Amino acid sequence: MGIHIIKMPDIGEGIAEVELVAWHVQVGDTVAEDQILADVMTDKATVEIPSSVAGKVLALGGAVGQVMAVGSEVIRIEVEGAGNVKPGVAGAAPVAAAAPASAFAAAPSAQAAAPAVTNGSNGSANGSANGRSNKAPAALVRAPGDKPIASPAVRRQAWDLGVELQFVPGTGTAGRITHEDLQAYVARSAQAQPAGTTDQRFAQRLDEQTVPVIGLRRKIAQKMQEAKRRIPHFTYVEEVDMTELEALRARLNAQHAKERGRLTVLPFLVRAIVLAAREHPQINARFDDEAAVVTRHGAVHLGIATQTEGGLMVPVVHHAETLDLWACAAEVLRLAEAARSGKATRDELSGSTITITSLGALGGIVSTPVINHPEVAIVGINRMVERPMIRNGAVVARQMMNLSSSFDHRVVDGLHAAEFIQLIRGYLECPATLFVE
Amino acid sequence: MDIQHTTLLIIGGGPGGYVAAIRAAQLGIATTLVEGETLGGTCLNIGCIPSKALIHAADAFHQAHHFMGDSTLGIHVESARIDIAQTVRWKDGIVARLTGGVGALLKKHGVKVVKGWAHLVDGKTVDVTLDKPDTKPLRIQGEHLLLATGSVELGLPGMPFGGRVISSTQALSPDSIPKKLVVVGGGYIGLELGLVYRKLGADVTVVEAQDRILPLYDEELTKPVVASLRKLGVQVHLGSTVQGLNTAGDAVRVLDGAGRESVLAADQVLVAIGRVPHTHGWGLEKLMLAMQGRALKVDDQCRTSMRNVWAIGDLTGEPMLAHRAMAQGEIVAEIISGKRRHFAPVAIAAVCFTDPEVVVVGQSPLEAAKTGLDCISAHFPFAANGRAMTLEATDGFVRVVARRDNHRIVGWQAVGAGVSELSTAFSHSIEMGACLEDVAGTIHAHPTLGEAVQEAALRALGHALHV
Repeated sequence: MGIHIIKMPDIGEGIAEVELVAWHVQVGDTVAEDQILADVMTDKATVEIPSSVAGKVLALGGAVGQVMAVGSEVIRIEVEGAGNVKPGVAGAAPVAAAAPASAFAAAPSAQAAAPAVTNGSNGSANGSANGRSNKAPAALVRAPGDKPIASPAVRRQAWDLGVELQFVPGTGTAGRITHEDLQAYVARSAQAQPAGTTDQRFAQRLDEQTVPVIGLRRKIAQKMQEAKRRIPHFTYVEEVDMTELEALRARLNAQHAKERGRLTVLPFLVRAIVLAAREHPQINARFDDEAAVVTRHGAVHLGIATQTEGGLMVPVVHHAETLDLWACAAEVLRLAEAARSGKATRDELSGSTITITSLGALGGIVSTPVINHPEVAIVGINRMVERPMIRNGAVVARQMMNLSSSFDHRVVDGLHAAEFIQLIRGYLECPATLFVE
Repeated sequence: MDIQHTTLLIIGGGPGGYVAAIRAAQLGIATTLVEGETLGGTCLNIGCIPSKALIHAADAFHQAHHFMGDSTLGIHVESARIDIAQTVRWKDGIVARLTGGVGALLKKHGVKVVKGWAHLVDGKTVDVTLDKPDTKPLRIQGEHLLLATGSVELGLPGMPFGGRVISSTQALSPDSIPKKLVVVGGGYIGLELGLVYRKLGADVTVVEAQDRILPLYDEELTKPVVASLRKLGVQVHLGSTVQGLNTAGDAVRVLDGAGRESVLAADQVLVAIGRVPHTHGWGLEKLMLAMQGRALKVDDQCRTSMRNVWAIGDLTGEPMLAHRAMAQGEIVAEIISGKRRHFAPVAIAAVCFTDPEVVVVGQSPLEAAKTGLDCISAHFPFAANGRAMTLEATDGFVRVVARRDNHRIVGWQAVGAGVSELSTAFSHSIEMGACLEDVAGTIHAHPTLGEAVQEAALRALGHALHV
């Protein structure tokens, strides 16, 4: 009986140490040749350390989590025959592979013995057990720092297969890697992960899809880029108590929905913006930053951000100041339909002076809308939801909704933006003021 | 300006460039090769091939001259005479046949060859000043740029080329043989050419700064060369540096190791102190590529620090050998075609065509010891080889170096007549990972110099048969 020490192999160029991440065997276990002993991890990959001999584990070289140097002792195995440790020189002996003559002599006896695998519970042991065919001679260990030896043809084939020869055990004289060794290695790797048994839920995906950015998408991309590049945005978020307005809307819908159509929140907000813009004309404006001119518009041309199949479009409700609730609702509906069916005209898609964006039920609690350049403001509607609020010292359920609005800080001051939104909030919270002037 | 487009654009038509071009064309890559001079580069035009031609002629003349005296072979020649102009014409004929052959191979494979000097514009673009007068420069763009501009001869700062001071290029096309030749540099170029001139009748003195000739090879290996130089009457000044020409310009001032200055009369001075990568004068500096010393830095796939800019051959530094450049050229073409390749030879043979020849592949015993390998080595002398005796070439030996633990061969060295041809066997055994037993167990034909290879392996195993 001799002692065979397996040292940490040279795992790749420039790797001096590795972390021990798992042991697959314990002291006292009987191991077979090629059985996986441990997993080690480099900064690039996890690598299995196989046993180059059959025998009984005497000692483990480190604990899981320990960082070990290449060339340090991984495991001590008691083997039949001489082993690679000279008595009395424990550990100090070079790890060099056994001389060729003795390797050949050892091979037949190893076959005859064919020890049973007692610690074969993990999957990787199965593959190595299969790999033991009648002819397999002892794979020689490469000493730390030794390069894999293979003929030019084998090296070329390994490159073609994408195999690092460093990991391939060589069974030829002096540890030479033969064509058969390479084929056996590739077969083993394929066996270790048969296609049928892989868990598809966690399967690694390497597919990718390139989508050309063309047409409407390119236009959107350019427009967004332009807006974000040119405009220093600031976003102002305020919550609005919509309870009163919702009551009014329910009432109106109950009375008139049949003949005039259903009302959403949108026409009320449009009206509130129309009224607020009268007092804050700098917000219903377009900024030609190249000419350094802000044009304030008396008319309110409201852009309504609309999702279509091709992407975002902004049809425009022209002269929103002239429309009552139902006319406004009808116009918004018509324009959205036109945009989605691709029938919107150029005029219907341009000329807005301020824009509303809403994702309805998906509105979230806060958003940071991108201004529709060259406008200077955009009002975003977040989701309306019933929340507990305190009114007159009591907790009451109120329909709350946030408005997230962005402004062009070059021409809109924070104070004016806040006043503008507060005006809108006032109109929405007390809907009568929308109609009684 | 005309702009041509191609996939692979190669600058330089030497052994690296033209091999890359042929292989790329074989793999279906549209390839353009730009060369300012004759195809074939230094190797075919002013290096390997012409020097070997002159060495052959000088050996033949020397042999004939030898037969004017007492000949053991019983051959007697009344008088030997050489028409050096004819010798040079013969050599030029060989060069022309080979360079013409390269042109024909490139044409056959469909490589577009542009004759003119390339100047880099950027990492994909090159302006070519065409060799024809009155033509506009041509601009060529390639997806891949392969730099293979080779190397240039190094001159001595205090003694520029011109007049009596010549380079190896001029030494390969002599009008006449000078009476007195001083060779600066005892490396393989200086010794090969120095021996040619000596055998053609010149008095030759070699000046070497280090304390022995062929300083890159181990001393045991160069001993037979030293003996041969002495026998042929070549003077060698070791540990000496050249200070420049004297004021008359007809002698070289030399300072020896002890600080004594002497003057060596010279009709011609051959400066052969080495070659440096050809990195200047063609816009390379514009690309700001990573360098390694004076050479362009490349990885094991011959990639430079710029994407899709590749470099091979002498431009990438030592060893500056044509066969290395060719192998690199081949793998670059294959990588560009999508194959996975690396330039990862175990060893590259280096051959010195001195008299006798020297060849080394892999590690010498000393080099192996330095890397910490426990090695055995053994040599077999040609004095014990029958074929060597029949060739009157019993000087020299073959030496093998192998690991003690598994007998894998890590190096071969040989010195002797014709040993350059043994490099094939040496390289092959090392690349195959052969052990001493592999070589010892291979039947080597008798009677050949190659038997010494087998015998060296046997001797390392402790049972040489003929020593």
